[in-house]
Amino acid sequence: MPVQYAGVIEEHHAVRKQAGLFDGCHMGEFLFQGAGAPSYLQHITANDISRLVDGQAQYSLLCNENGGIVDDIIVYRRGPEDFLMVVNAANIDKDWAWVQNHKIEKVTLKNISDETALIALQGPAAVSILEKIAKAPVATLSSFHFAKTDIGPVPNCTAARTGYTGEDGFEIFCATAQAPALWQALLEAGKSEGIKPAGLGARDTLRLEACLSLYGHELTDETNPMEAGVGWVVKWDKTDFIGKKALTMIREKGLTRKRVGFTMTDKGIAREGSSVFLQDRPVGMVTSGSYSPTLEKPIGLAYVPLQITNIGDTFHVDIRKNLRLAEVVKTPFYKRR
Amino acid sequence: MEFPDNLKYTTEHEWVRLKGNVATLGITEYAQEQLGDIVYVELPEVGQELEKDEPFGVVESVKAVSDVYSPVTGKITEVNDSLTDSADTVNEDCYEEGWLVRVEVSNKKELDDLMDNKEYEAFVKEQAS
Repeated sequence: MPVQYAGVIEEHHAVRKQAGLFDGCHMGEFLFQGAGAPSYLQHITANDISRLVDGQAQYSLLCNENGGIVDDIIVYRRGPEDFLMVVNAANIDKDWAWVQNHKIEKVTLKNISDETALIALQGPAAVSILEKIAKAPVATLSSFHFAKTDIGPVPNCTAARTGYTGEDGFEIFCATAQAPALWQALLEAGKSEGIKPAGLGARDTLRLEACLSLYGHELTDETNPMEAGVGWVVKWDKTDFIGKKALTMIREKGLTRKRVGFTMTDKGIAREGSSVFLQDRPVGMVTSGSYSPTLEKPIGLAYVPLQITNIGDTFHVDIRKNLRLAEVVKTPFYKRR
Repeated sequence: MEFPDNLKYTTEHEWVRLKGNVATLGITEYAQEQLGDIVYVELPEVGQELEKDEPFGVVESVKAVSDVYSPVTGKITEVNDSLTDSADTVNEDCYEEGWLVRVEVSNKKELDDLMDNKEYEAFVKEQAS
């Protein structure tokens, strides 16, 4: 996926107002099949697999024994003993080694990343565009549900009502060889709605406005779900899972820092890696920072000590060796109406 | 891509237009295209001294931030304040309305080291390939 096609801001607005098309073919896909698949997934993921029915998906986390995050993922239940997991592109090798290392009896693992393509159609016009060329009814799919369907000239696609932009839309899987045909068909179908191809740059500003975490930024092997703001994923009352013991201890001891959203009071854009200062002392780190095309001002996410996590709290950010004032604000920065 | 022939160019993709003793500085079309949508420009104050090859300002797009280097030594006489509210002028018209600062140069000979439009065009083609 390129950083941009027509320009980040133009693509960003297209997704917020009409529709954008993202090439997600770099994402990783693993299959988990067999009688042991449900209990295996229950053991390696922090969310509760037993809540899923066929055709339903779930945002979840792979945690390590220390409660850190190996990856954030989506698990799709295709059948009672048949699950698909979508993982981050940069983590495919790490995750594949992780799931194999924790393998149990009666589950077959398959890495289908190479032969599986993912194209995301996102924006308020996504439903009407996909409806035109999808054989199965897609408008009635609820959020985090999916269905098999032919789309235009491409048979056997899976359309899921999921996304990474804060807008309504679909993530569509097909065979890699068919991806160019699917891409073209969707662009063609969305012409009258003003669909635009969108790149990594717009994906980043869109997900940041919606406060969706990005692995390697807000989420790492060293951050725990509660401080990262994805503590809701962890289901404490389900059976034992990797990391539960450490996470329980962290929860009992209490957090030392939290991820907050901020805007700049002073000039400048805080970028990933900028230090957060409180009374001239470095106390935290910016994990994502950019200009928000929707709000037309700089926004960012940072890990800060608990004492400055309330809305209206202020701190300084080091922007090219100048300390600039920032203010904690309500998140998400953008919420779809 | 445009390479006006009345300008001199740097390897950091700035341009200079000299009129008498006053040089106008900006970034080139190639530079603004590489940066993408420019949302923020940080410039020095009038009266500040610039050193040749030292950074004097910052141009920031949605996806990247870039220092701007002065190709000349001298004193700032004027700053393009309109960019504070409309930084995207640099994208739209980098050689005219999107200029950054004007400098009273102390040594015009410093401009001899810079590229003319033909040399710069060849330089950009090499960078892009």
